[in-house]
Amino acid sequence: MASYSCDLLIVGGGGAGLRASIAAAEARPDLDVAVVSKVYPMRSHTVAAEGGAAAVIKSTDSLEAHAYDTVSGADWLCDQDVVEAFVDEAPREMVQLEHWGCPWSREPDGTVAVRPFGGMKVSRTWFAADKTGFHMLHSLFQTSLKYKSVKRYDEWFVSRLLVDDGRCAGVVAVEIATGEVHSILAKAVILCTGGCGKIFPFTTNANIKNGDGMALAYRAGAPLKDMEFVQYHPTGLPATGILITEATRAEGGWLVNKDGYRYLQDYALGTPEPKPVHRTMELGPRDRLSQAFIKEQERGRTLEGPYGHYVNLDIRHIGETVIDKKLPFVRELCLKYANLDPVHEVIPVRPVVHYIMGGVHTDIHGATPIAGLYAAGEAACVSLNGANRLGSNSLTECLVFGARAGRAAAEYVDGAPAPGAAVEAQASDEERRLRSLMDKTDGTERIADLRSEMQSTMEESAGIYRSGDSLAAGAETLGRLRQHARHLKLEDRSRTFNTEFISALELDYMLELAEIILRSGEQRTESRGAHQRTDFPARDDDNFLAHSLAYRNDDGSVRIEYSPVTITKWPPGARVYGKQ
Amino acid sequence: MAETIRLEVSRYRPEVESEPTLQSYEVPYNKDWVILDALNYVKNQIDGSVTFRWSCRMGVCGSCGMMANGEPKLTCAVPLTDYDPTQPIRIEPLQFFPVVRDLVIDMSSFLEKLSNVKPWIIRDDVEATEAVEFRQTPVELDAYKQFSMCINCMICYSACPVIGLEPEFTGPAAIALAQRYNLDSRDKGKEERMDALDAHEGLWGCTFVGECTKVCPKNVDPAGAIQLYKMGSATDYLKSMLLPWGTK
Amino acid sequence: MSNPSLAPTRELKLYRRPISFWWWLDRPAYFKFVVRELTCLFVGAFAILTLLQVRAVGEGPEAYAAFAAMLASPAGIGFSVLAFLAAVYHTVTWFPAVQTTIVLRVGEQRVPGSVITGAHMAGWLVVSVVVAYIVLRG
Repeated sequence: MASYSCDLLIVGGGGAGLRASIAAAEARPDLDVAVVSKVYPMRSHTVAAEGGAAAVIKSTDSLEAHAYDTVSGADWLCDQDVVEAFVDEAPREMVQLEHWGCPWSREPDGTVAVRPFGGMKVSRTWFAADKTGFHMLHSLFQTSLKYKSVKRYDEWFVSRLLVDDGRCAGVVAVEIATGEVHSILAKAVILCTGGCGKIFPFTTNANIKNGDGMALAYRAGAPLKDMEFVQYHPTGLPATGILITEATRAEGGWLVNKDGYRYLQDYALGTPEPKPVHRTMELGPRDRLSQAFIKEQERGRTLEGPYGHYVNLDIRHIGETVIDKKLPFVRELCLKYANLDPVHEVIPVRPVVHYIMGGVHTDIHGATPIAGLYAAGEAACVSLNGANRLGSNSLTECLVFGARAGRAAAEYVDGAPAPGAAVEAQASDEERRLRSLMDKTDGTERIADLRSEMQSTMEESAGIYRSGDSLAAGAETLGRLRQHARHLKLEDRSRTFNTEFISALELDYMLELAEIILRSGEQRTESRGAHQRTDFPARDDDNFLAHSLAYRNDDGSVRIEYSPVTITKWPPGARVYGKQ
Repeated sequence: MAETIRLEVSRYRPEVESEPTLQSYEVPYNKDWVILDALNYVKNQIDGSVTFRWSCRMGVCGSCGMMANGEPKLTCAVPLTDYDPTQPIRIEPLQFFPVVRDLVIDMSSFLEKLSNVKPWIIRDDVEATEAVEFRQTPVELDAYKQFSMCINCMICYSACPVIGLEPEFTGPAAIALAQRYNLDSRDKGKEERMDALDAHEGLWGCTFVGECTKVCPKNVDPAGAIQLYKMGSATDYLKSMLLPWGTK
Repeated sequence: MSNPSLAPTRELKLYRRPISFWWWLDRPAYFKFVVRELTCLFVGAFAILTLLQVRAVGEGPEAYAAFAAMLASPAGIGFSVLAFLAAVYHTVTWFPAVQTTIVLRVGEQRVPGSVITGAHMAGWLVVSVVVAYIVLRG
C-alpha cells in the first residue's frame, strides 16, 4: 500500500471540483492541490447539463429578483444568506468562465445572450446553445491544465475518508487501472462528487452518479441534509430517461396531454399564451410541473406507451431555424434516441429523477462539521436549493460554491496539522476490507439484480408523491436488500480495471443513501417543494421550516435531527405562479 | 423465442493472456437498444467480468468509443438495428491505442498531447476586466464553435493511420482544440501554441487522409481544422519571407 | 509537460496491436488515400518529361523530332494516358477536400463547402477547355 500526499485534495473532477481546484491554485499557488476522480474529468456528469446557468447580467434584472425567485422556488427551505451570497457572486463567476473561453451564445452586439427558465421572472439564464454543461466542463478542464500546481489522479475511486481526531486527513482510494489500494493524505478534502440519481430506475443521471461523496462523508460522521428532496425533471425521454432540456420550453415549447391540451393551466400555473411567459405555465418550477403530470395521469389524460405514461412536448411551432440554432442537441437526441424529428413531430416525455437538493451539510463556505472536510456542488447541501431547485441554478452553484470551498479549504490548510499516525492504521484497515471484498468467492447475489430492485423500490416508495406507508415499506425492502448485498457475487477476478468491483462499492454507497432518503422522508410529515406526502398534503411551517440532518448511529442506523432555516428578507409566503 | 444477435467481444486479461481473444455472447435484438445497451446486458446478466468504460449513455461524455465491425463508433449512439441480426457484431477496443483490459484503452497519451497544445485562453489582461464579459459577435463565435464541440472520445485517433504509424503525432482532436482557441476572438496565444505544433509530430504529421472528419460523431471536422492550421502557418511563413519588415 | 495526470503506480501490461504492412488495405478510405499519394509519382514524372521536352526544343529540330517520336510510341502514349488518369484522380479526390481548408463568408453565412468544391471543379474545367483549345486549334 503506497501513500501519497498533498495539501488539498479534491474528490471529483466535474464543474464544482475543477472550479475548486482552480480557486485553490489561484489563492495559494504554493499549495500542492490534487484532484482525484473515478473518471477522466471531462467525463463528469456536468457534461450532460443542457439548458444554461443563471446569473444576473442584464440591466432589466436585479440580484433581489434572482434571490426571490430562488427562495420561492425552494419553498422557503433554503438559507437566505446563502441565496444572497450566491446571486451576488454568480455574475462574477460567469464572467470569469467567459474569460476562460466558454462559448456562450451571444446577442448580435456581442454581449452574452440570456434565455428565460422555469420559475425565474426575468431572463437571466446564460447558455451555450443547449450544451451548456458540456462547454462549461470542457472550458474548466482545459483551463485547469494550465495550473501546474494541480495534480490529477485520474480513474481512482475513493472508498473511505481518513479522519483523525475529528479532522479529515485524506482518503483511501483504489487505482482502477491497477487495482492497487493507496492512501492519499491531505490536510483538507473537498467532496465534489455530484448527486446520486442512479438510486432511482428512471433518471437523467449518468452511470457514475452514485452519491459517492455523500456516503463517504456520512460514514465519516458528517450529517446529510434535506435528503428527502429529490427533483423530478418534468421532461425526460420515456425509454431512456435522457434529458430534454427545460430550454425547449423557454424557447416556446408546450406540454400537451393526449387531447393536445396544454394541461398545466388546470394546475395553478397561469393561463396559456402563445409565447412563453416568465413563471407561468411551462415556465413554472419543476416540482409543480412533475406533480401536475401525476395528477393528469390520475385523470386519465396522459398517453400510454411501452415505457409507461407520458405526455407530449410540442416544439414544432418554434421552427427549424431556431431549433437548429438554440436547441440542436435536443434535435440530435430526439433523432438518435427517440427516432423522431422534433421539427415535425411532438416529443413524448415524462418526469424523470434529475437532481437531489440534499447532500453533505455545509456552511456558506462549503465547510462540513468535520474539520478539514468541505463539499460543493450537487454532493453538498449548502442550502441554496431548499425543497426544489430552480433550473439553471445548479451549474452556477458549482462555480460559486466550488470556488468558495476551494478558497476556504486553501486558507484552512495553513493552520492544519499534518495527518497523524492513527491515519495509517485506518488506511490499512480499509485496505484489508477492500482486499477481502475483491477476493471474495462465495457470493450469490448479482449486483445488477440488487441494483434494479433498489431502484424500483425507490420509485415506488419515494416518487413524486409519497406516503408514510410507502416510505416505511420501502425502508423495509431496503433493509432486506442490504442484507443480501453482503453476499455479492463477483465474477471478475482480475485486478486490472475491475469495474465490477467498483460497481459493488457504488452499490454499497447507494443502498445506504437510499435508506437515508426514505427515513428523512418518513419523518417530514408535511408537503413542501419536491417532497409531497399524500397523507400530509399541506406545508407545515410551524414544525418543518427546518432542515433535516441525517446522522449515522454507531449501529449503522439513521438518526434524523432538525436545524433552523435562515431567513433574512423574505418571510415564508405562498408560492404563486402564473399571472397575478 | 425473441430475436437475438451475437456479440463477439474482444477480451484481454493481462494477468492470464498475452493477446486478446474474441468471446461470443448472445443478446436480445432489442430494437430500442444501442450497442452499449447490449454490452450492459452482457455485463449485468451473463458475464460480470466484461470490461468497458461508459457513463452518460447520451453521446456527450465521450467514454464509450469502441470498434464495431472494424469501424470506430461511439457505442451509445449506434442502434443495434444498424446491424443485421443474422451476423455477429465484433466489438473491439479502439485501434491504435494500447489496450489496458478488454475494451478499455490507455488514453493517457492524449491527455498529455492536449496539455501540450495549451488549450486555454491566452491573454494577460483578464484581471483588468473582471466585471465585464468580452464582446464576441455571433459571427466570431461561429468561427470556432464547431471545433469546440469535441467530446474527446478518441474516435478520430482510432481512424487516423498516422497515429497508428507514428504514435507521437499530436493527432486530430488535440490539433482541432488548439485551432478552436486560435480562432477564438478572445485569444491571443496563436504563436505560443504554434511553438508546440510547428513540428513533424505536430501539425505537419497530418497527411490529410481525412478519415477523422468522417468518423467524428459530433461533426467537429478535425481534418478541416488541421488544414486551416497549415494554411495559416504557411501564409504566415510566406508573409514573413515577403514582408520581412512587418507581418503582425 | 504541464499538469500531468499521475502515471500508473505499477507498470501495466498493455497490449499493443502491431500495425500490419498492409494497413492501407484495411479501409477503402485508406486505400484511396494511398493511391492519391502515389499519383504524385506520375504527376512528377510528367513534369520531368515536360522539362526534357523543353530541352529537346532548345537542342534543335532533329532532337525535337526524335523526342516527339518517342512520345508517339506506344510506351510514350501509354505513359501519357496513365499520367493523365493519375492527374484526374488526384484532382477529383483533392478538390472535395479543399472545402475544409477555406472558410469563406457572405454576410453571416458560411459559404457551403459544396460551392467551394464546385467552384474549383468549374475553374479546372474552364482552364482545361482553354488549354485544349490552344493545343488543338492548330
